Amino acid sequence: MKVLVTENLRIDLDTELYECRHCGTELVSARESYKRGLLVYNRDPREIHKPLLDPSKYPRNYSPNPDWCRILEYYCPKCGTMMETEYLPPGHPPLHDIELDIDALKEQWKDREEVLEAPIGNAPPKRKAHGHCGHNH
Amino acid sequence: MTNVSNAFDEQKVLAKFLEENTLFHAPDPEIMEDHRVGARNEMEESVLSKGMDPHLVNEVRGRLLAALDESNTMIEQMGAAPGAKWGDIVAAIFTANGDLSMISPHGVVGFAGCCHYPIKFISKYWKDDPTVGIRDGDGFIHNDARYGGIHNTDQSTIVPLFWKGKLVAWLSATIHEGENGACEPGGMPAAAESKFDEGLKMSPFKIIENFQIRRDLQTFLQNSVRDPKLQYEDMKVKLHSVLRLRERVLKVLEEFGEEALIGTLRKNLEDVEVEVRRRIAELPDGTTRVVAFPDSTLRENVLMKFNLAVTVKGDRMLLDFRGSSPEFLNRSINTNQASFKTILLTCFLQNIWPDLPQTLSILSPMDFIFDEKSVLNGSFDTPQAMSLIPLFKAMTLPTIPMAKLSYMLPHRYTSIVAPQYDQPATLIYGGLTQHTEQVGNFCADINGNGQGGRANADGEHSISPPFAAMCDIGEMELIEEEIPIVRLGAFTLAKDRVGFGMYRGGLGYEQIATTRGTGFWGFMTGCTGSVFTPSQPLFGGYGPPVYPLCKIRNIDIFEKLKSAPENINFDIIDLMNNQPIEGATYSTHDMGMTFELVQPGEVYMICQGGGSGYGDVLLRDPALVAKDLEEELISHETALDIYKVIIDPVTHFVDEIATKELREAERRARIARGKSFDDFIQEWNTAEPPAYLPYFGSWDDRNVIYGVSNGQRIRMDGDKLNSMFMPNPKDVLIGELQAELSRARLELAKFGV
Repeated sequence: MKVLVTENLRIDLDTELYECRHCGTELVSARESYKRGLLVYNRDPREIHKPLLDPSKYPRNYSPNPDWCRILEYYCPKCGTMMETEYLPPGHPPLHDIELDIDALKEQWKDREEVLEAPIGNAPPKRKAHGHCGHNH
Repeated sequence: MTNVSNAFDEQKVLAKFLEENTLFHAPDPEIMEDHRVGARNEMEESVLSKGMDPHLVNEVRGRLLAALDESNTMIEQMGAAPGAKWGDIVAAIFTANGDLSMISPHGVVGFAGCCHYPIKFISKYWKDDPTVGIRDGDGFIHNDARYGGIHNTDQSTIVPLFWKGKLVAWLSATIHEGENGACEPGGMPAAAESKFDEGLKMSPFKIIENFQIRRDLQTFLQNSVRDPKLQYEDMKVKLHSVLRLRERVLKVLEEFGEEALIGTLRKNLEDVEVEVRRRIAELPDGTTRVVAFPDSTLRENVLMKFNLAVTVKGDRMLLDFRGSSPEFLNRSINTNQASFKTILLTCFLQNIWPDLPQTLSILSPMDFIFDEKSVLNGSFDTPQAMSLIPLFKAMTLPTIPMAKLSYMLPHRYTSIVAPQYDQPATLIYGGLTQHTEQVGNFCADINGNGQGGRANADGEHSISPPFAAMCDIGEMELIEEEIPIVRLGAFTLAKDRVGFGMYRGGLGYEQIATTRGTGFWGFMTGCTGSVFTPSQPLFGGYGPPVYPLCKIRNIDIFEKLKSAPENINFDIIDLMNNQPIEGATYSTHDMGMTFELVQPGEVYMICQGGGSGYGDVLLRDPALVAKDLEEELISHETALDIYKVIIDPVTHFVDEIATKELREAERRARIARGKSFDDFIQEWNTAEPPAYLPYFGSWDDRNVIYGVSNGQRIRMDGDKLNSMFMPNPKDVLIGELQAELSRARLELAKFGV
């Protein structure tokens, strides 16, 4: 029995391991932070949120200040999928963002059917519009 | 025995004396710290213990919702405040105990959620007070968030509903009025350094008798604000909307009887609480966490930590905010826990369980923990006029930890969504209009925030504010008729300024504004997120960028448009980078700006922000990237550098083979540059925040909080926080300039000058 945890992670309840959902690689014990099973990169935020205003003219230019804000990118060590990102001040310890009670999880899922693909929730109803020839107005 | 008896009697006398001679009825912690629905009263117990016909409940509930919707529409159609016209309003009905049972379906649940605090205050302190009392035909007014409320711009009219001489329910109408006589126009003064700078501070008091507004009190209120016409008009709007609601509910009582009404109101609360407990119980036991780092007090740049751990155990949920920044004694961005919790209700209803009825009992199965004197749990004396800074964060903060708890469920109540852009990005204004009326308020652009990316779709552009799904951004032409703001560029989506991801956030739009036809006008803005990204992303996406305030000053744009209009393209990036207007002063700033006067024709520019991204950018369908490019939502550079999609610049066709190769190469590059987590934290983690950062909140230990005192960093125990007092930014600047001058003089002295 495998339980989906995020878009990128699942837990194998039998082996008690986190796995990458994209390549199936076993990452780390589900009783630890999944981040210990991933690779990390300290990204300068200006590489993602580029200075759209001329930085030689303007100190505020749509790019985060790299002395205040960094992006930690977490990759699957096997397939290179970016599984998590977090914006932190330099040196701030990464969050232990998912800490599940694995024994309670096993108990909870013993009577549930395995979910292989995450369901999609209901979308709000679309506005009904007058339409013809393939367009609405 | 005699001595003991005497002491007991004295104690009773003292207690009676204190009860009858309370100096001041400040907000009551018993009320303000209790977010739960109270116990059934006698009538509710009598009705519900017999059981209720669900068809009857359904019919009564439908009638009440229709009545609430009608009242909400009345407020929207008649209200004078910009907030009223575009949906920052609500009509609501409460049980006789004061618990919020139903709101108008299009209303702002947070406004109504806050009203149960003043209703409980009125019931506790004014009901039996011989100088006040509660009678049929009475109505109360209230705006001070310390007694319950989001912030002091919102004014509520609260009316008891009597049936055959008995109080059976409470009704309310609330509008974000804006202007309230604060030290800056518009009611949200970032410049407030104490609560006495915040303008009107109405604890709940009676202003309506015999269904009429008392003219003497109305005059006092009009005399206390910049916009006396607005104050009067909207007091009447709220009263008559509530009176219409009263008529409709009385009809329900006539037709179905009091048991049906009382039972339905209470059952609505209890049924929702049962359902929320069931939904919590189906989540896994465990803890998920998130942090946010607002980067400004709106007066200076600081980095505050807002810390949230969500723990589920069985059918209970704990939201733990300990470890967050301490409060500020002389900055207005504090909030109190009652306001904060009510806005968390908004987050759950807008992002997590939008299918649930909008009642207060959603919070009943939840516990909350705050540090005392935290910026999220500010004490009575702290200014809270710009509480929107923590409150807007509360509107999105739980989405990430809740997504990490609920992703595994076999079914979903809505699509999982990354955080919406969560800043009030709008121009706040004040001055004399072209009709020579004094006003102070905000533009409805506050309602145009981009949604976060979703599990199955991109976020919607500029969809709503994070506090209400149904608000609108208004018609600029109508606004220009009333106030002297001219929009030179509006509703153009801000290209490339969004959270990228497998599903990107929805974009915000540019606001380019100036003023004309007035000799006295000014703007302010009140956002964080110009240095540190405002929202965290979800599941490997990126957050939105940061957003500056841009200004073009010392020119009259209208004169320039007369002579050479073809030179000016109203696009923020183009205007600021190419500087097409000669002689103008171009500058960028934090989006937190206290009120400043503006000359006609000077240009102020901000963006409504984009939502966070959902999932890895390399998983985004290349066809969606090409579509974004074609719709000018992103640049070619973003398509190539971020999404690694190769698109022909002319035809916009995707080169699928080359894209696949480029993406594979990027995956290999990630693996090559990434370090193992254990090695990484050895070099990354620091024992405390960098010395150069004005950092407030916990770092690696939730119980150790960093703050500032007399300009020096201090460490505090989480359970013994001190309030922080910030120096005046102008004094800081003067000190820096004096030091610079001294250094220059010393240098000159070396040359004998």
